[in-house]
Amino acid sequence: MSGTEYLSGRRRARSRKAVAAALQFLVVVATTYIGLLAVTFFIGRVIPIDPVLAVLGDRAPAHVVERTREAMGLNLPLYQQFFIYCRQALSGDFGVSVLTTNAVMTDIRRVFPATIELATLGTLIGALIGVPLGVLAAVKRGSIADQIVRVIGLVGYSVPIFWLALLALLVFYARLKWVAYPGRIDIVYEYTFSPITGFYLVDALWQRQWDVFRDVFRHIILPASLLGYFSLAYISRMTRSFMLNELQQEYIVAARAKGLSEARIIWGHALRNAAVPLVTVIALSYAGLLEGSVLTETVFSWPGLGLYITNSLQNADMNAVLGGTIVIGSVFIGINLLSDLLYRTLDPRTRAR
Amino acid sequence: MSALLTVEDLRVSFPTRTGVVEAVRGVSFTLGRERLGIVGESGSGKSQTGRAIMGLTPPHAQVTAKRLAFDGIDLLSAPPKLRRDLRGKRIAMILQDPKYSLNPVMSIGKQIVETLWRHEKVGRAEARKRALDMLAAVQIRDPARVFDLYPHEVSGGMGQRAMIAMMLVAGPELLIADEPTSALDVTVQLEVLSILDRLVAERGMGLIFVSHDLRLVSSFCDRVLVMYAGRIVEEIAASDLANARHPYTQGLLNCMPVIGADRHPLPVLDRKPEWAL
Repeated sequence: MSGTEYLSGRRRARSRKAVAAALQFLVVVATTYIGLLAVTFFIGRVIPIDPVLAVLGDRAPAHVVERTREAMGLNLPLYQQFFIYCRQALSGDFGVSVLTTNAVMTDIRRVFPATIELATLGTLIGALIGVPLGVLAAVKRGSIADQIVRVIGLVGYSVPIFWLALLALLVFYARLKWVAYPGRIDIVYEYTFSPITGFYLVDALWQRQWDVFRDVFRHIILPASLLGYFSLAYISRMTRSFMLNELQQEYIVAARAKGLSEARIIWGHALRNAAVPLVTVIALSYAGLLEGSVLTETVFSWPGLGLYITNSLQNADMNAVLGGTIVIGSVFIGINLLSDLLYRTLDPRTRAR
Repeated sequence: MSALLTVEDLRVSFPTRTGVVEAVRGVSFTLGRERLGIVGESGSGKSQTGRAIMGLTPPHAQVTAKRLAFDGIDLLSAPPKLRRDLRGKRIAMILQDPKYSLNPVMSIGKQIVETLWRHEKVGRAEARKRALDMLAAVQIRDPARVFDLYPHEVSGGMGQRAMIAMMLVAGPELLIADEPTSALDVTVQLEVLSILDRLVAERGMGLIFVSHDLRLVSSFCDRVLVMYAGRIVEEIAASDLANARHPYTQGLLNCMPVIGADRHPLPVLDRKPEWAL
């Protein structure tokens, strides 16, 4: 047997296993998704809101109610309703929002980018500051720096976000005038600026509208920093404990025995290992922010998904609420997949062999 | 024989809440380009002696010595940068269990090349070639394949060979092997030992072989130090082990099974408090 033959056999076995892993992956996603649809469907049927009543109001004549009920498919057997529901959901049709009279999907397409933009910036801030802080706390364990990081984390855990948000508005907007007032964009630009993707920062950059970019940045930076602070509290705490665990391992001693510098050992060896579980932590915190941080969005009048769903809930707008829930659920599934994939690239031990 | 390493009255102690624990209490020896075995039971200070020479004791430990010199360099007064430069380049160390002492998320080849790059300015292709040569030198049959493998993909014996390759690639003059075969299967132990034996002989390295296995050490080393409770209780030529004078060494020898002889019941190791004084 020649060496190349052996290698190609190995490669073939590898690719077959990769296909099997991908299939398994798909099955997991599909079942999770069916579960998500089933739960939302169930909720939609159980709660005491009559969809016909919500559409027609309570003064409609009986025969109109009956006709509408039939038109909406509510007289069909439950399994058929579920089937129709699944088909509609999968094609992105969640019905019409009673509150805004738009298709729910149109509404979500409008509000979700606002939340994604805020959550992404928040997570970036949280991870880019939280991870180094956690590393610092682990390396200088028991020192003043460690204590300071601990207090920062503790405050982030225990202070209610709406209080801190109001305080931050008071200081940075009302007093110091460093940032803009609540909202996404200045009223001056609201009608002159036509976004393409709905991510205002990206759109402004794309269209080279620097003044708009600056204005959008001044609007987003405060809420993003607050969300970032709260995810930082969590991320730095987890980073610290993962790093402490890694720094005790024998391969760290071996790395020192090779004569590597402390920086190389900490960032190249220990953090590279700690990054594996950290990916999951950061992804989960990101997913949490994508749900729409209702309190932050309320305080900053941020036209995001959290605000949209809350408003819909208060107005018994079932289609909007269920549609939003399904979108959030899909995002959760997507982010889980992504962190799974990252996990595989970061840790050779979890790769399909 | 010129002294490669001089150790005089080495002490390592750890301050703890309940008082100072002295792990090493006045160890002295000199080492040329020879093989020195250090044996002793767990907690006798043998590993800490090796780590103190490497400069790898934990930061809260206190290391003192009248003299701790490697090739004329005073290690205790040397700046940290110099000590880092020495580590891996001139003094290297092999750890016990390749399962834990190799970085799990870095390929074996990369870990070997990393040592090289730390100490020498070599190009990518040159570094790869030297790592492959080193893997071949530790008798890995298919170096190019092993180069790209991760530590979890190789066996314990293979992992320990990779560890040896990683530590010897920069050509150190002194090698400290801290229980290098204790985590391996007995059959693999001999293979790894013979590789180590050949490399030490070929390259004329000094070797400190730390182990709890007296028989292994005596067959492998020129000279043996027997440690007990942080002190050297006996220094003896390996060939002369049968004539050991110290009762602790005699006790250790006494515990070894003899093929064909009925050793039941095995003698229990005698420990007298006055040995630890």
